[in-house]
Amino acid sequence: MLLVILSVVIIGTFFVIAARKQQLVPGKLQFAGEAAYSFVRNSIAKDIIGGRDFMKYVPLLFTLFFFILVNNIYGAIPLIQLPTFSHVGGAYVLAAIVYVTWIAVGVRKSGLKYFKLATVPSGVPFYILPIVVPIEIISNFLVRPVTHSLRLFATMLAGHLIIMISGAGIEYLVMQENVLLKGASVLVLGGAIAMYMLEALIMVLQAYVFTLLTAIYIEGALHADSH
Amino acid sequence: MNQAIISAATEGGTNPLVPNPWEMLVVFAGFALLMFIVVKYVVPMFEKTFAERAEAIEGGIAKAEKAQAEASAALEEYKAQLTEARTEANRIREEARAEGAQILAELKEKAAAESARITAQAHTQIESERQAAVVSLRAEVGTLATTLASRIVGEALSDDARSARVVDRFLADLENQNAGVAK
Repeated sequence: MLLVILSVVIIGTFFVIAARKQQLVPGKLQFAGEAAYSFVRNSIAKDIIGGRDFMKYVPLLFTLFFFILVNNIYGAIPLIQLPTFSHVGGAYVLAAIVYVTWIAVGVRKSGLKYFKLATVPSGVPFYILPIVVPIEIISNFLVRPVTHSLRLFATMLAGHLIIMISGAGIEYLVMQENVLLKGASVLVLGGAIAMYMLEALIMVLQAYVFTLLTAIYIEGALHADSH
Repeated sequence: MNQAIISAATEGGTNPLVPNPWEMLVVFAGFALLMFIVVKYVVPMFEKTFAERAEAIEGGIAKAEKAQAEASAALEEYKAQLTEARTEANRIREEARAEGAQILAELKEKAAAESARITAQAHTQIESERQAAVVSLRAEVGTLATTLASRIVGEALSDDARSARVVDRFLADLENQNAGVAK
């Protein structure tokens, strides 16, 4: 849990320092900060939410992305080796924040009619509606936050487990009397390194996916009438 | 360590989907704090920098466009001036050529006139000299001939009118003969 606070300190300090100088021609640090900020601002917020009102959601998306990213990367750092979201609580919290946000956005945009827009697709024949509407309600309002949180939690937990298991496996094999079994630990080590690399990729990817889905949900709420 | 992991995994049979409330609280607080920092400082500062940069670039573009327009205007002006100068030069050259031709023609004309005049004068002079020579010859030759004839004949040919006629006929014959020879 200290790690969460540490991540806040790391992210906050880095970006405040990077942004503070505000030079037109950026230095190295400012350039790195701007590149990271622009990635979320342009590649996620602007591309998905669209040109006019994306700026309102940039802070949320930016915070989500780097908060999750740093907390995930912990899992790849020796000695720390623990992604925050391998405990489900944090993932629930973030998914809940996003859930509340996109519903609020939809309601503010279209009023209570938003729930009708979100659950009754236009252009569907009326006799199919009794089937479609429950599916839409379940998928949008019940399953969505669950998958949103569990996707992050499960990948982090699985990655954490697989690294730990291979570590324990290596230890177990090395302790064996049999030389062949001792030697087999090298194979496990090779596999563990490969899994470690894969996990590092997934850590970044999941931060991106979580933020991307948030942007997609907000976009869906903003333009509910055209979906 | 193995025992520790195994006991941790089976400890109390905890469901991994059941969250720890303290964990949730810490994540929420941390996220809220970070969100606050981002909203309050990070995003405004980056956006300000972006806006300033965009303005600087667009201002630079505007300035460059203005300079370009000025340069092309100057170029147009220079071209116009150049064309004008060329036309002027051509005009002057044409004028000079025409003037030169005119002067030449005048000179030629004058020379021709002069030469004609000189020729005519020479003709006249020659003619008058010839005339004078003819007259003086006629008189002299007549006198000489008469004198000669009278000496030969031994008598004075006093009859002037007759002698003049004889001399004239003789000279006319002489001239005819000369003309025939000249031909």
